[in-house]
Amino acid sequence: MLDRFLDSIQFQGQALVLRADRQKVLAGNIANADTPGFKSRDFNFARELQQATERGAADPSRLAPVAAQAGHVALAGSAAPGTDPKLQYRSPEQASIDGNTVELDRERANFADNSVRYEATLRFINGGVRTMLSAIRGE
Amino acid sequence: MSLSKIFEISSTAIAAQSQRLNVVASNLANADSVAGPDGKAYKARQVVFQARQPERVDGTAGVRVSGIIEDDTPGKRAFDPKHPQADAEGYVTSSNVNVVEEMVNMISASRSYQNNVEVLNTTQQLLIKTLQLGQ
Repeated sequence: MLDRFLDSIQFQGQALVLRADRQKVLAGNIANADTPGFKSRDFNFARELQQATERGAADPSRLAPVAAQAGHVALAGSAAPGTDPKLQYRSPEQASIDGNTVELDRERANFADNSVRYEATLRFINGGVRTMLSAIRGE
Repeated sequence: MSLSKIFEISSTAIAAQSQRLNVVASNLANADSVAGPDGKAYKARQVVFQARQPERVDGTAGVRVSGIIEDDTPGKRAFDPKHPQADAEGYVTSSNVNVVEEMVNMISASRSYQNNVEVLNTTQQLLIKTLQLGQ
């Protein structure tokens, strides 16, 4: 029962880390909107999250608690594996003559979208924690 | 902590844009200045931006001003023999600042500055909410 909650929180935690990574990449793009020759970067969020989840499940170095006594509850591991998303280059719709491929309107839209999704993930985690706490308290 | 790196990235961009604004202000202030006794008038200056390209996702992609270049186009020359700074032929050389270009530069710099401030504000809100996680 408890490990399901923990699994869900761990998954959301991974999503949160990736969202923060993407936020950073987008902030870098916006910061370099006027830099000649700068190439806009981004990564495929869905694929990276899937890979991070698979890596986490298959990682043998993951610290999994062992039920050594009869009364212990079996739990999934809680060590979150590091994320290292593969950055790709964005293909511009209207490239500028100085070789810069940052399109501010798109970057701003992506940035706003990513912020909202980051907040949504935060709320999922908060909801999970609150559910667990109310189950523990028995209120 | 990935989000706190954004403060670093955006602040480098804000610093670079404010330096660009400074240079524009200097150019505009000297748009009408004439050549001194040495015959050299003020030359328009431009900043050169350079990215700190990320090697990995946690390498920051900030901006830095790699240098300030001087515009070498000749300054405007006007015939005014009564002017105290006129040369032997009666011409006065003034700066080579193109006021229209500088105004466009100023608008572009201030918009980019605003954009980065906006990014900082959003990031700050997200970080505060992250700190309140689980409460």
